Amino acid sequence: MDLRESLEPRGRLQVDGNVALLDATGLHYRELNALMRRLSAEGVENVELHNVNGQRYIGTGLKRPMNIIVRGTPGNDLGMFINGQRIFVYGNAQDGCGNTMNDGLIVVHGSVGDVAGYAMRGGRIFVRDDAGFRLGIHMKEYGGKKPIIVVGGGAGDFLGEYMAGGLILVLGLKEEKNECVHSPKFVGVGMHGGVIYMRGCTIHAGKNVLVEGVEDEDLKLIRSLVEDYFNHFNLDLRVNDFISDEFVKVTPSTSRPYMGLYR
Amino acid sequence: MRNRAASTYIVLRKEDKCTKCRACVEQCTYGVHSYNPAKNVIESKSWLCSNCLRCVEFCPTGALTITRNPNSYRMGHHWNHEAIMDVKRQAETGSALLEGMGCDGPNLTYWDRLLLNACQVTNPPIDPIREPIETRVILGRRPPRVELKPENRRLMLKNELAPYICAETPILLAAMSYGAVNLRVQEAMARAAIECGTYFNCGEGGLHPELRRYGSHIIVQVASGRFGVDIEYLNSGVAVEIKIGQGAKPGIGGHLPGEKVTEDIAMVRMIPKGTDALSPAPHHDVYSIEDLRQLIYALKEATEYKKPVAVKIAAVHNAAAIASGIARAGADIIVLDGVRGSTGAAPKAIRDNMGIPIELALAAVDRRLREEGIRSEVSIIASGGIRSGADVVKAIALGADAVYIGTAALIALGCTLCKMCYTGRCAWGIATTDAELSKRLNLEEGCRRVANLIKAWTMEIKEMMGAMGIDTIEALRGNRELLRGVGLTEGELRVLGIKVAGE
Amino acid sequence: MDWASRKNKFSSSNTLARQPANPQKIGTQCRGHHRRTRRSPDEITMFQHKDQRTASRICEKSISSCALFGLINLERRRVTCNEALRAISCMSERGNGLGAGFAGYGIYPHFTDAYALHVMYLDDKAKRKVEKVLMRDFQVLLGEEIPTRRARSTLHAPAFWRYFLEPARSKLQEEEASPDEYVVSRVMKINGEVEGAYILSSGKDVGVFKGVGFPRDLAEFFRLEEYRGYMWICHARFPTNTVGWWGGAHPFNLLDLSVAHNGELSSYDVNRRYLEMWGYKCVMHTDSEVISYALDLLLRRHAIPMDLALAVLAPPYWDEIDSMKCEDRDLLTALRRVYGELAMIGPFSIIAARHGEMIGFVDRKKLRPLVGGVRGEFFYLSSEESAIRLISPTLDNVVRPRAGEAVIARCEAPRAVAMLSTLNQKEV
Ligand code: SF4
Ligand code: SF4
Repeated sequence: MDLRESLEPRGRLQVDGNVALLDATGLHYRELNALMRRLSAEGVENVELHNVNGQRYIGTGLKRPMNIIVRGTPGNDLGMFINGQRIFVYGNAQDGCGNTMNDGLIVVHGSVGDVAGYAMRGGRIFVRDDAGFRLGIHMKEYGGKKPIIVVGGGAGDFLGEYMAGGLILVLGLKEEKNECVHSPKFVGVGMHGGVIYMRGCTIHAGKNVLVEGVEDEDLKLIRSLVEDYFNHFNLDLRVNDFISDEFVKVTPSTSRPYMGLYR
Repeated sequence: MRNRAASTYIVLRKEDKCTKCRACVEQCTYGVHSYNPAKNVIESKSWLCSNCLRCVEFCPTGALTITRNPNSYRMGHHWNHEAIMDVKRQAETGSALLEGMGCDGPNLTYWDRLLLNACQVTNPPIDPIREPIETRVILGRRPPRVELKPENRRLMLKNELAPYICAETPILLAAMSYGAVNLRVQEAMARAAIECGTYFNCGEGGLHPELRRYGSHIIVQVASGRFGVDIEYLNSGVAVEIKIGQGAKPGIGGHLPGEKVTEDIAMVRMIPKGTDALSPAPHHDVYSIEDLRQLIYALKEATEYKKPVAVKIAAVHNAAAIASGIARAGADIIVLDGVRGSTGAAPKAIRDNMGIPIELALAAVDRRLREEGIRSEVSIIASGGIRSGADVVKAIALGADAVYIGTAALIALGCTLCKMCYTGRCAWGIATTDAELSKRLNLEEGCRRVANLIKAWTMEIKEMMGAMGIDTIEALRGNRELLRGVGLTEGELRVLGIKVAGE
Repeated sequence: MDWASRKNKFSSSNTLARQPANPQKIGTQCRGHHRRTRRSPDEITMFQHKDQRTASRICEKSISSCALFGLINLERRRVTCNEALRAISCMSERGNGLGAGFAGYGIYPHFTDAYALHVMYLDDKAKRKVEKVLMRDFQVLLGEEIPTRRARSTLHAPAFWRYFLEPARSKLQEEEASPDEYVVSRVMKINGEVEGAYILSSGKDVGVFKGVGFPRDLAEFFRLEEYRGYMWICHARFPTNTVGWWGGAHPFNLLDLSVAHNGELSSYDVNRRYLEMWGYKCVMHTDSEVISYALDLLLRRHAIPMDLALAVLAPPYWDEIDSMKCEDRDLLTALRRVYGELAMIGPFSIIAARHGEMIGFVDRKKLRPLVGGVRGEFFYLSSEESAIRLISPTLDNVVRPRAGEAVIARCEAPRAVAMLSTLNQKEV
């Protein structure tokens, strides 16, 4: 039987104009995503998913813009390949969040697991709390696209590995306090493009990267991103609390890290 | 120290024939030949020569000969010329050695030690010229059984079958990325694939907008670098291949040096121009087999389960166990790339020493999947060192559904196997993205030659099948009874699952 | 405890066996034909041990060409095999005395509901092993030596026993298998694992008699004149590779499916390796064996109807499939895709029989001969028309299946003789 026809009478799916409310309890990701693609094709632009628990690839394969609110714990590869869709997660996201994302927005009211933003090419990811290991590896920018990840808490080792473009900002906030909570190792190993801003932590960086203080230009950029961050999470605006010498900037020393290694 | 004394090749020019036309000077991309106006002679720096034979081909008077330098280092078995040369090269540069194409080590070709059966009396051979011999292969996941349901007073399929691709010949064109080769090469391959009813794998460097119109015969590849990978790309071909590894360089990633990342390549790969395009060694979202499953299904979601997903691995020691894991992880097609597999650039140490011959890996994988009862659920594509229609037949008899050919297709285009691909200065206009050099390749001609090669091999395959009394390719797949070995050890025969000739 | 005394025990505790079972045969004493436990070296080559044959996992295949004959009475009236024997013998040009066999249907009217196992033993050890399995897993209604008499060219015959049995109920429930499935698993186990024992047939009310020799010798040896069946399948063999061995003769049987075939499959190894994935053990190394297992898999286990099973064994060409209308094309593509490795490639003609049904078909290039003839309630299938004409000079109808086509004769309503091609059936 058609999934939609079975869910609707039981009140698990309510569609009203371009808004849909869906109880995802027990749905397999394949069913859930197919249903979302169908809703999207029928003109639904806002979907609120309840009781999400472990369903993978939410948002993947959608052809039209959609705002997706996820309540619960979405499964791995949340928003993989998305192209302009916006996903708001109330809960923690697991591994692979924003994998190979092309454009759009992912806002996680909680933490994300490992390898968030892998090979991300555009769009933005905001994480209220912490990010796992290998954040934003192999991010690249191209043309008008520039991927951005903002993490409120700390990030694990190897962030920005192989990074070829884009921006990662790690604020290192701990709830209510402005103290630094992270000390990732191997930051930016193999990095050959883009920039990582880190606040208030000792940097254990890879070869081929430059670690410097931030300039006014950088701070302006950081400010606007921090503002966005605070807006997304409805936190008190304390942007001015941040001062420039808390930040370091990590950039590649070369766009050709492998030059000369082989002959 | 230039090691001129023992340069591997020397250029001989018959001065009486040379008209000083300077064709060789223009054609050589490695700077071997130069014109000395003072003396009015052409001079050649033999130590730069890679024996690509471009100048010989273009010399209008036939004045040139390239030959192996008789001044080789003292001939040893262990310390042979190549070993000494490599040491000297490294002593000079302090770098790991890089080379193009595949491993050419001795004793790794099992094809030549496998012989095929033919019909005599007990069953009739089939004449391929007059009778149909079917070489069509269907690649994709197969359910274990067909389930039927009655509908409208007849039987219908109960479930829709998984997506598949259908090739009219078991020969597919292997992954070659834009960057490793130029757009003309890719276009020639794609058009040849269309002409022969088969497929071309566009490799990991994205798919140029110009080539998207050939999508119906293109397999798109997703590697760890995720170059050019977005929803549109994934849906622009007929199948998606995840490249975990390749035979030429198992266990390592790849990199396209920044100088090759031109505007156009940067656009297709979706990276900034001039930066090194790095493919990490692993996919960083695949650290284990369950992660592979996750990636496979991510691609299926992204293509709405309409396209088969292949997983390509290098043939390594435990390929059988890995293949079983891949099959169970939900892949529709497994691609095995043997130690002979080629590449645009690989560290020589890795290319020549890592991985195992495709023949052994294929036999082991086929057997393992059969023991587990899942062989018929996935398709296997074998690649790495397939040189002829006979090799294709042997590969299928060992258990492959189809093969990928790379080097052979490049040779059809004009490649002379000089192994200089890594320089990006291919004199034949193949392994180069240089706009001028690329023009050396004629698209129409190239397409015709690759298509010819596939057609010729397909004909050979049909002839051999006919001689064996087989008229469907399915009846050849895994038909080890048709193979016999010569000059193989007990152990090799066991792994190959064949008897010795005469038995 | 030896088997004879056990047998007596059954007899006394089992009502079925206590009745004079089959008045024709069962219950008669073993003739004690020439049988030795030790064999001379040349015999040993004749009875190649299965572990020798399978040790290297690469099996030697027996190649054979031959004569086929089948006869069915559509009213299920039982007849002796005499006519069939005459017919097959008249095609002696096609056989060389190195193997022949018969499958009779309806020959055990007193045990119609019990599985009849015909077992060939090369030695006593094998017999003890098999009987242990049978005692453990089945309720044995009757076990006895198959009555034989000495005949020309059957000097070195192994021993033949038959057992009428039902699966042990408790075990059957435990395994949650259908009785057929249960029996097949035991047959595979014994054939695959017990050295020196081969189950020749395992269906209800069916028996296969086969071995080395000309059809006439085998009929004499097995005293076939004493049986009556409504359907007989016979086969005379011309093996080309090794000395014939008793297990390698045709017809081949599994449950009530019997197959005799003529020709050689170039696809044998592909078919075998595919079937092995489904748990079949190909120990006889003959084409008929893989054809039987393929039909068993398709018809019984996968519930594919006969016409589509044919499209698997002798697949239509892709050109034909491509030009079919949509649903048919999907169906045929699916069949070829899923069961591509069951396509029987090479020359063959096949007679396959199940209770109430006899079917003949040829390869998709029609490289081997097969003709069918109808006369009243009889239907015949043969390699040569002359063999049919010998026993029935006038025929109501002669049919010749074309490439990939089958002729099928059914006793059950609607009783019919029909030509069957993929998705199509036409009465003749
Ligand atoms: S191409 Fe031949 S003729 Fe022309 S300059 Fe070179 S060697 Fe002389
Ligand atoms: S592609 Fe070009 S550079 Fe590479 S081996 Fe062939 S001819 Fe030489």
